[in-house]
Amino acid sequence: MQENRIGQPLRLLDLDKYFGSIRAADKVNLDVGPGEFITLLGPSGSGKTTVLLSIAGFLEPTNGDILLGGRSIVDLPAYKRNIGMVFQRYALFPHMTVEQNVAFPLRMRGWTTEQKREAVNETLQKVQLEHLSSRMPGQLSGGQQQRVALARAIVFSPPLLLMDEPLGALDKKLRETLQFEIKALQKNLGITVLFVTHDQGEALAMSDRIAVMNGGRIEQIGTPEDLYSYPRTQFVADFIGDSNFLKGVVESVEEGTSYACVNIEGSPIRARVDHSQIKNLRVGDTAKLMIRPENIQVDEPTGPKAIVRGSISAASFAGSHKNAIVSCAGDNILLRLSLLSNAIAQSVEVGDQIGLYWEPEHAAIFPMERGDQQ
Amino acid sequence: MISGVDQGDMVRPRRRLRILSTEKHLSSGLSWLLLSPVLLIYAIIFVFPISVIVFQSVFDPVFTLDNYRMIVSESLFLKVVWRTVWISFIVAVVCLFLGYPVAALMAKVRGKWAAAAIAASVLIPLWLSVLVRSYAWVVLLSKNGLITSALRDVGLISKSTRIIFTDFSVVLAMSHVLLPFMILPLYASLSSISDDYAKAAESLGARPTMTFFAVTLPLSAPGIYSGLVLVFVVSLGFFVTPQLVGGPNSMLAAMLISREATYGNNWGLASALSVTLFIAAILVVALFGRLANFSQPKQEKAQ
Repeated sequence: MQENRIGQPLRLLDLDKYFGSIRAADKVNLDVGPGEFITLLGPSGSGKTTVLLSIAGFLEPTNGDILLGGRSIVDLPAYKRNIGMVFQRYALFPHMTVEQNVAFPLRMRGWTTEQKREAVNETLQKVQLEHLSSRMPGQLSGGQQQRVALARAIVFSPPLLLMDEPLGALDKKLRETLQFEIKALQKNLGITVLFVTHDQGEALAMSDRIAVMNGGRIEQIGTPEDLYSYPRTQFVADFIGDSNFLKGVVESVEEGTSYACVNIEGSPIRARVDHSQIKNLRVGDTAKLMIRPENIQVDEPTGPKAIVRGSISAASFAGSHKNAIVSCAGDNILLRLSLLSNAIAQSVEVGDQIGLYWEPEHAAIFPMERGDQQ
Repeated sequence: MISGVDQGDMVRPRRRLRILSTEKHLSSGLSWLLLSPVLLIYAIIFVFPISVIVFQSVFDPVFTLDNYRMIVSESLFLKVVWRTVWISFIVAVVCLFLGYPVAALMAKVRGKWAAAAIAASVLIPLWLSVLVRSYAWVVLLSKNGLITSALRDVGLISKSTRIIFTDFSVVLAMSHVLLPFMILPLYASLSSISDDYAKAAESLGARPTMTFFAVTLPLSAPGIYSGLVLVFVVSLGFFVTPQLVGGPNSMLAAMLISREATYGNNWGLASALSVTLFIAAILVVALFGRLANFSQPKQEKAQ
């Protein structure tokens, strides 16, 4: 068994998993530092759960290796991997009290009664549930069960903690509270966490780094800020945050500066291109321009800054900002207008003609992907 | 640090009898009125015959405890009642050990055909007449039957050893006949246990055997309890199989009651024996319930 120290590094090397001819995981490589909180983010069927179950030992990968603390664990059965895991539905043993549940992994490791009591009390204090130690799981609320599941998974100081959509069954408000609490606990204990979710808001709020998965592959790994501001593919841009996509024809590609120009309805628009995508972009191809709603500014339709023009088809007040939809060249563009911005933004009404502009570094150009309508 | 106990969703609504999910609760008078047809049927088909039997056992025609005195004083009667309880208990336990792996396999297999094949091999014997299955055991176990002669030929038993008409043959045949009554409730219980519990146990360091004894087995206690009770209670009154494979030296209560009622024409004694058996059954079922309660701690205690 591995060194029993919390917060070990995890490496996935060319991990493949086929179910028949379906590639559920396709050459997945991942490096997780000790004490890092990393999230696998993707829609259902993207392979994130396959990767998680392979690490836990419940699925045998077809190819590849899994290193925990520098040692390969791929041939160990699940019960010898010494990895903590929080299940989507918690899986607390219904016939045991909270205390017995949390003591279970210690019982399996042959700890003495005294050691067990001390560790269980300490861990229950960390999740603020020591007063409920004699309750049965069926008598606890969802949030409390979640905390017991967390306590049970960390009580034996595992080198790695896996969390499989652990907040999915809770209501929104409780989910947000627990996000902060889990994050704080993780930082405090220095535990390495691999978190799986399809909720991008959750991923952005909690992770040190996020690996976005699609079709069994990791599309991009980076910090939440990185992924939001510099998505490398159209999928990542679309999956994380709100985004507008406008179709245009590539006019020029500047290899040196990673910028390109697309023509949308007669006006040439310059925007960033990720360096990994620049070779896929050819002059004359159809491409997509992506711009986040909050980066769009408004002007008079005839104003000097306006890049595209359209009419407002819907507008709504959302407290800190205003949302508006602009019909423009057959596309709908979502705007998020700060109430502190200019007078035009304050007074937009449905039916108004309006001009839109943005900084070139805030927009990105992506080549068309398979499945896109030409 | 994790903070704040969410008091809001701590109190769970308690389950109440609701009809068609209307929010209103029916008054108790109306509830009883609606239940009365069923209660009447129960009274006619259960309460009345049992009352008649109890009545017959103590009135002849005036009140007397002679029948019970006879059972207590005559060693044969007590011996038969005791043997019936004991053999029924053994049969229930044998069925548990034979049935658990089958039920576990049924709950575990994936794929339509495998599950259907196991279910068929459990259910088809149930559709065959008990008489046919019992005669099959007579054929197999009789002095020149297939099993007896095979065992004799390979030298495992001596020439004079008899298998049929022993307690062993009774337990064997009854366990076979009653096995589905164990497998079905066990299967229902095991298949309702989420895979996540076993996975959670394994991820926490439990070997497969430990996972079974610490998690799967206690969670299947309700199925074990129903299976044991079902097999035990059916065994207590079993007639055909012990009559055929169990000869006079391994007589069970049902045979004795039948003999007293038909040949002896002693309905009072037959009734008293039935009542004795009935009380024995209640005692043992209560005991099983106790054991099941010990392994399954109370779920819904007062908050």
